[in-house]
Amino acid sequence: MNRTSILFLLLIFISICLFIADLVTGSVPIGVDEVIKVFFGKSDSAINSEILFNFRLPKALTAIIAGASLSVAGLMMQTLFRNPLADPYILGVSSGASLGVAVVMMLSTLVPLLDISSGWTSITAAVIGASTVLLFVVSISFKVRHAVSLLIVGIMFGTISSSLVSIIQNFSNPETVKLFLIWTFGSLSSVTWAYLKLLFPIVFASMGLAFFLHKRMDVMQLGENYARGLGISIIQTRFLVVLATGLLAGSVTAFAGPIAFVGVAIPHIARGVFRSSYHRVLIPACVLCGAALLLLCDIVSQLPTYILPINVISALFGAPIIIWIVLKRN
Amino acid sequence: MSVLSTHNLSIGYAQKKKVELIQSSLNLELHSGELVCLIGPNGTGKSTLLKTLSGLQKAISGEVRVDNKLLSSIKSYHKAELISLVLTDRVEVENATVRDIVSLGRYPYSAWWGSMNNDDEQLIERVIEMVHLGHKADKLLSELSDGERQRALIAKAFAQSTPIVLLDEPTAHLDLPNRVEIMLMLHRLAHETQKAILISTHELDLALQAADKIWLISKQNGVECGVPEDLVFNGSFNRVFESKAYFFNATNGNFSMNYQLDKEVKVEGDKTRMYWTLRALARAGFMVVDDASVQIIIDAEAWYVDEKRLTSIADLLHLLDKRFA
Repeated sequence: MNRTSILFLLLIFISICLFIADLVTGSVPIGVDEVIKVFFGKSDSAINSEILFNFRLPKALTAIIAGASLSVAGLMMQTLFRNPLADPYILGVSSGASLGVAVVMMLSTLVPLLDISSGWTSITAAVIGASTVLLFVVSISFKVRHAVSLLIVGIMFGTISSSLVSIIQNFSNPETVKLFLIWTFGSLSSVTWAYLKLLFPIVFASMGLAFFLHKRMDVMQLGENYARGLGISIIQTRFLVVLATGLLAGSVTAFAGPIAFVGVAIPHIARGVFRSSYHRVLIPACVLCGAALLLLCDIVSQLPTYILPINVISALFGAPIIIWIVLKRN
Repeated sequence: MSVLSTHNLSIGYAQKKKVELIQSSLNLELHSGELVCLIGPNGTGKSTLLKTLSGLQKAISGEVRVDNKLLSSIKSYHKAELISLVLTDRVEVENATVRDIVSLGRYPYSAWWGSMNNDDEQLIERVIEMVHLGHKADKLLSELSDGERQRALIAKAFAQSTPIVLLDEPTAHLDLPNRVEIMLMLHRLAHETQKAILISTHELDLALQAADKIWLISKQNGVECGVPEDLVFNGSFNRVFESKAYFFNATNGNFSMNYQLDKEVKVEGDKTRMYWTLRALARAGFMVVDDASVQIIIDAEAWYVDEKRLTSIADLLHLLDKRFA
């Protein structure tokens, strides 16, 4: 068995352990034995089953889905732009999502019909915001000669969105601003089974697309001219990469809010651990590392008596990794 | 056998309405088993021509044919089986070894999963050996010197198994031994593998020695093709590289500087020392003529001016300085 297979098995094992640990962690103490009992339907505690099935399990699954999606999306962006600091949000999709949410939250103070306490309202708004930006960026991806232009356009979209968000906040009442602020913290626990049913197929399909592109992305690492020389259609590949990234990052942001740094840090960890340049290794490596890291972040965020926002924890983990990368590159 | 040809090809850049034409009505032919060097001053369209021939850039008008098919009508994945490229673009791939980079050359042939069969693997090992990187096959790209990195990219192009290989300044940024080695290697590979290899280069002297044909590109005369020596004899080099500061020295294939020669001396004697003596004299502003008031006689050990024996060029120049002061 070679090094890569051993690492994969090890990571799968770690992920499973973290998954179980995440199910066990929480304000109500539930032991591993109880977790097993609940899953085999042998527990007599209805409360424990309720907590595990309807709260902790969807939350842990969301951590896995979000971690995996953002990491793979980040990897694709770093490869497409050949830039180690590119992340899934660089295309502006999450800024679009937050703009959508901000608009809806402000509208809700004017239009009483909008019920922002329902998660679906903010999710619909986020999906619309993210898709609008994604459509823009994708259509631009056909027009520009160099991928760098796309990068600049994405960042500009992000800037415009956040300016608009600031304007909206300026005219909103403090409660709405706080509500929006909480949304930007990101939350894994707000994703219930009903949302997962929608989120999972989107993520699954986009992951499939990402993996379908693995060989092209290997070649894209050489740069666009070399890739073209090896018979790759740059425009088509760029479109598919942007689409997959937008769907992954956009859907996760819409359901769980923006989660910082996972997307930029994990691809570097995956490259460092697996020492490979092949995306057929790096994509599954990102899936596992991303899932494991976000599960860990979720566990850590629940250790204090007051639950910390996931965005804060992931940033605390991610930022040192980025500093390490910068120092290592010198 | 002609594998690539152009017919009334015009190259340049087309922006919305404005067309900036760099070269026009080019009729060129590239044959298999030949190393062709594309040389010419900066800004005459070397890179543009290579990019147009490889399909990276659109022709303004006219046509490029590969295997008698119009290049623009060939599907990109099929084109990758006909033409391979070595570009000046910097390649940085984290974690990629020499073997990984060379393997990417097999991309047009490998299945979706990207795994290699035995033949592919043997070919990859063979081209790595061809460019003398066998001992570094498992080294990371980032650990290589510039010359080795360039050789790895050349190996990638050869792994692509195309009848045509185009290289854009493959010897730029390399030191002399590496430049010579890469030129010789390309010459050998063109003959051994019967590929048509076209490289653009600034290395005039190397190109003259290694190329089977030269494509001499200039603003005034377009592209002149021929065996290097023929282009030397018909004065093409001197026309293309015309300058007040230097001239193309047809006797040794180098550029020589045009010094202001205002003092005359006569020189005769030892053949081997003559060449270097003349160089030093030219630099100091002496023109060598058949008859002059000052005569220099050279033997195997020393120089003589009016019977005065001098043992070094420095002494000779010093003495001449005093004479002409």
